Amino acid sequence: MLQVLHSRLKQGYKTIDFPDAEPALPEKFLGMPEINPAKCPDKCATCLSICPVDAITQKHKHLFIDLGRCIFCGKCRDICPKQAITFTKDWKLATTKRDDLIISSHTKEKKFNPNPDIIKLFGKSLKLREVSAGGCNACEADCNVLETIGFDLGRFGIQFVASPRHADGILVTGPVPQNMKVALEKTYNAISSPKVVIAVGACAISGGIYRGNEEVNNGIHELLPVDLYIPGCPPHPITILDGLLRLIGKIKE
Amino acid sequence: MKGEKLLHKLTDKFDINFGDIPKRDNDDFREAVVASLKNKSRIGAFFGHLLANNNVDIIAILIPENKNHIEIIRTEICNSYHAITHDIPSAHLFEREIAEQWGIFPEAHPWLKPIRFHKSYRDSHNFFYDPDKTEILPSFTDFFRVEGEEIHEVAVGPVHAGIIEPGHFRFQCYGENVFHLEISLGYQHRGIEKALAGGPDKRSMHLIETAAGDTTIGHTTTYCKIIESLSNINISPKADAVRCIALELERLANHTGDLGALAADVGFLPTASYCGRLRGDLLNLTAYICGNRFGRGIVRPGGVAFDIDELTALNLSNRLLTIFKDLKNAINLMLDTASVMARFEETGKLSKNMAETLGLVGVAARACGIDTDIRKQFPTKIQTKFPFNNPPVCKTGDVYARAYQRWFEIQESMEFISKLLKEQFDGKLIEENWELQPNRLALSLVEGWRGQICHVAITDNNGKFACYKIVDPSFHNWTGLAIALRNQQISDFPLCNKSFNLSYCGHDL
Ligand code: SF4
Ligand code: SF4
Repeated sequence: MLQVLHSRLKQGYKTIDFPDAEPALPEKFLGMPEINPAKCPDKCATCLSICPVDAITQKHKHLFIDLGRCIFCGKCRDICPKQAITFTKDWKLATTKRDDLIISSHTKEKKFNPNPDIIKLFGKSLKLREVSAGGCNACEADCNVLETIGFDLGRFGIQFVASPRHADGILVTGPVPQNMKVALEKTYNAISSPKVVIAVGACAISGGIYRGNEEVNNGIHELLPVDLYIPGCPPHPITILDGLLRLIGKIKE
Repeated sequence: MKGEKLLHKLTDKFDINFGDIPKRDNDDFREAVVASLKNKSRIGAFFGHLLANNNVDIIAILIPENKNHIEIIRTEICNSYHAITHDIPSAHLFEREIAEQWGIFPEAHPWLKPIRFHKSYRDSHNFFYDPDKTEILPSFTDFFRVEGEEIHEVAVGPVHAGIIEPGHFRFQCYGENVFHLEISLGYQHRGIEKALAGGPDKRSMHLIETAAGDTTIGHTTTYCKIIESLSNINISPKADAVRCIALELERLANHTGDLGALAADVGFLPTASYCGRLRGDLLNLTAYICGNRFGRGIVRPGGVAFDIDELTALNLSNRLLTIFKDLKNAINLMLDTASVMARFEETGKLSKNMAETLGLVGVAARACGIDTDIRKQFPTKIQTKFPFNNPPVCKTGDVYARAYQRWFEIQESMEFISKLLKEQFDGKLIEENWELQPNRLALSLVEGWRGQICHVAITDNNGKFACYKIVDPSFHNWTGLAIALRNQQISDFPLCNKSFNLSYCGHDL
């Protein structure tokens, strides 16, 4: 017992200050991309062809990146001869609408349209049932880590629960293999309404790197009514936490 | 041909003209494979490769114990062959996989059923399903059943209580006691191997990175060694060193997480919460190198995309030291607690003999006293210079051994990384120009944190992948978990499961 107390003292207090203070992100972290098509040379489409998930499109000299597909590999940045695409360290990537994930140089301010009903119902307590549907265990790990003392998700009233019957919503990772479709739908149906649906990671939003494989469903976008999209491959835990807190109105601005 | 052995010395790189691998007739093949495996070798890969005449080559890659060579044996099959599982139980999932992927019937296989629940890859050869008639549903298959008045069956999953990947578990119980557990997977099947065929293309590298997302460094290193073999390029000592450091960081993070999870499963919360946090700190070290906590983007064909320069090395060393101090404190606390040890010891026990029969690899095998480690058997140049040469520390094959072996490996990896960080390595980071040679077979092996990762590629006339085979260590080890559960309390399942911590997506691909 004394040993337990002694080690408790030694290990100290480790919970981060987020959202009150800025999070500590790795120096080479890739967050929100910044696009500057004015720099693009004529007829250049190098980044379009190199992107492994076809996240980049070009229309009338404008570049668009679909964050719902992007796996943040940085290849488009590295290949661009003119630095027309760069990545900031901005971790705030979550949106409530699929279309808002498609960004261009015109995207002045990122839109996060909070849903007042969700804030009213779940603002103080949100219990989530996580379903891994073809997730590679990285998105899962970055959800799991939120429950550790480092992030202490519980202090915001958010908790992952074991049964869909105890849940207010479902959080899905992975592209939804054909073999997981039924289980996912059953879990969703077992949660009583009203309920929220959260897609975490490129896979769950669009199929990610698996998009187009006949073995998967290209994510949950067409299967369930999604309330929150959190892009990344995997999203940094801070990006996930930030998204969850915005959804329930604990981060405003 | 009979009796003649084809041995290949395996160094850092390995490839061979595909046509140079002699074809044996079916019986001869079977005899040779069984003889080799009975004579203390283990399976690296055992898979089918579609030929132009719509027949299938079955290729066995066998790894003799403690030797620095491998054996490749092949035969051509149209419809069926005599299964080897009766003689070699460790082949049983491999033969089921061949039946499922290529519609080949392994005659007299004792437990023939699908493993990933998908339609056959070979036109007009479906063994399990008639694609026009049956809808394929996961786990819709026979399960082994124990009959009797007081026997009951418990079915768990695919969706589990925590944030974990899906899989289905069927227990045959007598009261609390588990007579038999059968594990049915396939829910994570995303078609990776099929999508790799025809590559390498712009997706290939990323499919490999996420084949098992917690083993990104392990699988990407294995893949890149294949590319380097097939294009005959050498990586620099510097690139080798960065890969080795990243591989051990991956091991550290996962082993730490596992020890925390084991503590949580017996309700010992202090170590559970410390390790949970420390695992995150270790992942952050990988992120310090490349920006991503799982090491996405570090390992690339021809070398690595990120350097560990002097300043990075210094910072890594310091951070590692702090983490190790806290980790030591957290683990010792757990190991000194009698109530924890009472739960760990004698739980989920596998004998060395059983582990060998089932063909276990990695930590789970070492915990049974089997001295197997690719870092020792087929080291890279850096691993030769800074060797891992300790024998396994435990032999008891229980949860305790699997926990203690991890702690031992954590200390080994810490020491290895610290040594490397003090050194300077020369050479360029990456050789970006490469082209695969046609009609060759390449093989590579890496000791990932769970165990032996094996990839095999065969190129076509144009130097594209005609076939890409991935064998995650979990594929060898899932049966080990099932057998470890025999005569255990069903309530000990979570603990046993954590002590193996196998990959669902690595198995399902
Ligand atoms: S960073 Fe995103 S947009 Fe750029 S190449 Fe990679 S996946 Fe495509
Ligand atoms: S989005 Fe990326 S990290 Fe998440 S499950 Fe898919 S492949 Fe894995």
